[in-house]
Amino acid sequence: MRQSFIFRNPSLLIFLACLAGFTLAITLLSHAYGSAFISTSFVKTLGKTLCLCLVAIAMDLVWGYCGILSLGHFAFFGLGGYMIGMWLMYARTELIIVQSLANAPIPATPQELRDAIGTQIFGVVGSADFPAIWMFAHSFWAQMALVVLVPGLLALVFGWLAFRSRVTGVYLSILTQAMTLALSLYLFQNESGLRGNNGLSGLQNLPGVTASQDFISIWFLWASALALGLGYLLAAWVVSGKFGSVVRGIRDDEARVRFLGYSVEGYKLFIFTLTAIIAAIAGALYYPQAGIINPGEVAPIASIYLAVWVAIGGRGRLYGAVIGAALVSLVSTWFTGGLVPSIRLGFYTIDWVDWWLVLLGLSFVLVTLFAPKGIGGLVDLIAGRLVPNRHGADYGPDTGSLQESEGRE
Amino acid sequence: MSNLLEVSGVSVTFDGFRAINNLSFQIGSAEMRAIIGPNGAGKTTFMDIVTGKTRPDSGKVLWGEKTQNLLKMSEARIAQAGIGRKFQRPTVFEDQSVRDNLMMALQNPRAPVPVLFWRPARKDSTRVEALAEQIGLADALARKSGELSHGQKQWLEIGMLLAQEPRLLLVDEPAAGMTLAEREHTTDLLKEAAKSRAVVVVEHDMEFVRRLECKVTVLHEGSVLAEGSLDHVTANQEVIDVYLGR
Repeated sequence: MRQSFIFRNPSLLIFLACLAGFTLAITLLSHAYGSAFISTSFVKTLGKTLCLCLVAIAMDLVWGYCGILSLGHFAFFGLGGYMIGMWLMYARTELIIVQSLANAPIPATPQELRDAIGTQIFGVVGSADFPAIWMFAHSFWAQMALVVLVPGLLALVFGWLAFRSRVTGVYLSILTQAMTLALSLYLFQNESGLRGNNGLSGLQNLPGVTASQDFISIWFLWASALALGLGYLLAAWVVSGKFGSVVRGIRDDEARVRFLGYSVEGYKLFIFTLTAIIAAIAGALYYPQAGIINPGEVAPIASIYLAVWVAIGGRGRLYGAVIGAALVSLVSTWFTGGLVPSIRLGFYTIDWVDWWLVLLGLSFVLVTLFAPKGIGGLVDLIAGRLVPNRHGADYGPDTGSLQESEGRE
Repeated sequence: MSNLLEVSGVSVTFDGFRAINNLSFQIGSAEMRAIIGPNGAGKTTFMDIVTGKTRPDSGKVLWGEKTQNLLKMSEARIAQAGIGRKFQRPTVFEDQSVRDNLMMALQNPRAPVPVLFWRPARKDSTRVEALAEQIGLADALARKSGELSHGQKQWLEIGMLLAQEPRLLLVDEPAAGMTLAEREHTTDLLKEAAKSRAVVVVEHDMEFVRRLECKVTVLHEGSVLAEGSLDHVTANQEVIDVYLGR
């Protein structure tokens, strides 16, 4: 009774269909390709939300399936953003400089050109020289490779050190928080070579592209939707077979998996690095839509939010992570955007921009206490009402009665 | 007869308490052995040492024809070398089906990348079904193992051990919490297994040990007190004093 991959994961088709439908609908309602019903800034918000859903899938893989509560995955997300940001900034500044020097009587030498770009980019931190880490910034493909390589290597080295020493549970969570805090503090320094607390900006402008933001925003929405779909497919495939069994086994009883002969450390390292790379790709798509990245993005709180999204959505199921990330981040945008009317109590006015975090914290506590499966658990509730899973048991009292396999037909 | 496992002069101390004291133990490649002894005699610690969970302070643990030193190997490597272990309380992956539990234990490549691309071949499915038949869970393959009764979980764990095809099985209190009929089934499973491999059973229940019909090692305060047939050791005055008499 071997079943195909799709049949064993019915949520996969539903998810991909929803994603395709959503993308199409937004396209048809956008300024660029449709009725101009949705503003370009909202298209960007939706595109960014898709990227957050992708990083939530990574979090669900590492936490919901493998049981590693990593509170540092936004460090990889941010690093991915920085890597693509370096190329975007360099290439765009180069274009501007070349244009402004075009009318000069004597053509600029490559060195002059490079110095001018350096002054333009690093003027804000009182410097004009390119730091060594910008070595590849002029090359699109090299910088694209770094989007995957830098966060991947960081995760590999960090994970190897942590898992080899058998750091687990809350200690590992603290360690990952320390990692993302250290990264953020390092990036805040002007000497880090990534413009300190100014971060990288102007990322929404694609070098050499003359189309307006109306079009660019839709292109990024498509790219984000494609990445999310592929990421979902990859994650579903990874957890579907025996690998998924082992990984969930590690979550439930690490020692037992070890005595079965599986090297738990190797599996953890694999999942940790894979999810770091997924997070980095999500970040590389997110920050061109956000337009700016600064060290505040990799602050410890960001990774905690990520865990909250996945917990609210329902960990241990991929669509739960997506629902959680999409819902919480969109509602968060709504509340913190000042769009929700304040509640006047007479003696006090509840201003949602301030009180939203309290509401989020409260809902996190409530979900943890009363619905540990999260919003995704609702799906079980509905599916259980329709077709109770009998796990192959007979319907009736004896063996002559209808079998489950017959009932399915 | 050459020994499959040879433990010699092993000692281990936990915070000043000497759990194992100069213990020596050998077992051949197709032999059943029962280990009995009062609480705190070091029975579980002995298994921890052999499987790599606990590192002893001194002594040697040698394995197989090539006399590999087990003390230098990780738990996973020791398991791959052919030592399977069943824990005192049944530990199966309750969130997963009986089939998945058995599939995971089947002897196949264990490294992450091969496992990622591994899909069960026909022979794997056949093997899992045969094992399920053997442990009396053929009808429960699709059930979540968390739904099984206590006795069934114990069997599933024994089935997982057999699926690993180890050369040495370490079984900690297999009959705990079982009904009489379940015990008999368990005895049969273990006796069958001992025909082709070494089996070490730690057990408190004397009736169960008698049914295994094998050589018995009595542990006391971390070292071997007596060894021989059950009748021989139960006649030993020291054994009566420290264990049976109480």
